[in-house]
Amino acid sequence: MRSLVIAEHEYGVLKADTAKVVNAANQVGAEIDVLLVGHNVTDAAATIATIAGVNNVLVADNAVFEHQLAENVADLVCGLANDYSHIFAPATTSGKNVLPRIAALLDKSQISEITAVVDAETFKRPIYAGNGIATVKSLESQKVITVRSSAFDLPAQQAPCAITALSQGDASNSSSFVSVSQTESVRPELTAAEVIISGGRGMQNGENFSLLEGIADKLGAAIGASRAAVDAGFVPNDMQVGQTGKIVAPNLYIAVGISGAIQHLAGMKDSKVIVAINKDPDAPIFQVADYGLVADLFDVLPALEKAL
Amino acid sequence: YNVKARVKADKTGIDLANVKMAMNPFCEIAVEEAIRIKEAGKATEVVVVSIGDKACHEQLRTALALGADRAIHIETALNLESLHIAKLLAKLVEQEAPELVILGKQSIDSDNNQTGQMLAALTKRPQGTFASVVAVDSGKLQVTREVDGGLQTVELSLPAIVTTDLRLNEPRYASLPNIMKAKRKPLDVVDAQSFGVDLSPRVEVLLVEEPAQRASGVIVSDVAQLVEKLRNEAKVIA
Repeated sequence: MRSLVIAEHEYGVLKADTAKVVNAANQVGAEIDVLLVGHNVTDAAATIATIAGVNNVLVADNAVFEHQLAENVADLVCGLANDYSHIFAPATTSGKNVLPRIAALLDKSQISEITAVVDAETFKRPIYAGNGIATVKSLESQKVITVRSSAFDLPAQQAPCAITALSQGDASNSSSFVSVSQTESVRPELTAAEVIISGGRGMQNGENFSLLEGIADKLGAAIGASRAAVDAGFVPNDMQVGQTGKIVAPNLYIAVGISGAIQHLAGMKDSKVIVAINKDPDAPIFQVADYGLVADLFDVLPALEKAL
Repeated sequence: YNVKARVKADKTGIDLANVKMAMNPFCEIAVEEAIRIKEAGKATEVVVVSIGDKACHEQLRTALALGADRAIHIETALNLESLHIAKLLAKLVEQEAPELVILGKQSIDSDNNQTGQMLAALTKRPQGTFASVVAVDSGKLQVTREVDGGLQTVELSLPAIVTTDLRLNEPRYASLPNIMKAKRKPLDVVDAQSFGVDLSPRVEVLLVEEPAQRASGVIVSDVAQLVEKLRNEAKVIA
């Protein structure tokens, strides 16, 4: 039994998701190789080599992989797949984009967004926006799995393992990269942050999100948003926490002016401590909050910033 | 999607008896986008497809009322996995040869987010997943995708597969006259078995449980008490 983990990185900057997926793969008990696909990714490869449990880092460094287009990456992975009983990727947008393509090319059913490993064939995953937890057993000879990284801890470090360069890399002509616009942020990434403060429709407009910044700075927190706030154009969509946005599980999640729709709760209800600040005492968010404060956020936020 | 799903007492699944069903919200967006492309004169026909039992006629009629030209129901009583659905759709794509197939990015019951990507693989077509902007331009498709760090635009050669994200468009409502007209539009029913695809299960659901319940929280009276609790009781801030 050997596992292949597809590394998550953004233009060579390694994401914590990779290590967490390695941790999930560790629980399967197979030897783990990590595949890093991209261009100019030497630093990321060196970091992966120090994640406890990694046996070998396979590096496909080629200009055709710079934007990790699914068509090219899937063909590469399928060429390697024969050696592995398990293929893992994080349930990030890039993992979700490429892994089902790989699964279909291998003629395997995929298991999405596992939150626990029961044994090498059996996994737990949330369904119906987290309202049910299904225990599923894969009958496939080869398991193709995406991992909800927020459900797994970071593994320890090890002395660096081997790094092997791969020579493969064929560009498919069917899709090509045009442009990318990254949202600039000096704060920690939402999915990796220990503390998150999120605003909802109650923030009323985009400018008011600056009220969250002072608090975020003091707590070293990332700033998130509900779908309502994104759809209203207050903030960009990559800040969205929820079933259709990012799934997070920080130590502390502060929901400000968020009512707590099922879809939002699906994205944050595994947070360790949840604080809700809302002026509506009947808002559903209070049902999952450890600490609730029924008050106007425009009074609370400046006071909270001062008190920290 | 406003219904709170309840786990069955025998833990075999979610209780779906007498629960209100509707078209998956991402699929509504897919139908809307297809109709908009046709309205822009860039498509000649919109065909909607659903796989499942008879109950999906209602969803297909809804799509017809919104502006789709005809519907195909691939009938099966089996509980299919994404791979099976993708294989059935791939056969249909072979028959109908559409230039563009639009799917929702995920269904909000199984939350799998697989079918579109799998269909793209099986039909050897490029994929534009999590689309928030789709522009059709003489044999090419520019798709702006919602990715974790922001937005990414890719160009796909047609034929291609696109899956929709929430912000692609705002789906319209069906008007009463259009709902009446939709009843006369063609809806073909095909037996899933007739496609010759192996539909035997590859994944077994052993158990469906309630998620762990959170301990009930407390309401604090002011900011000072909140900060005190976070510092000393929950110990999540310094």
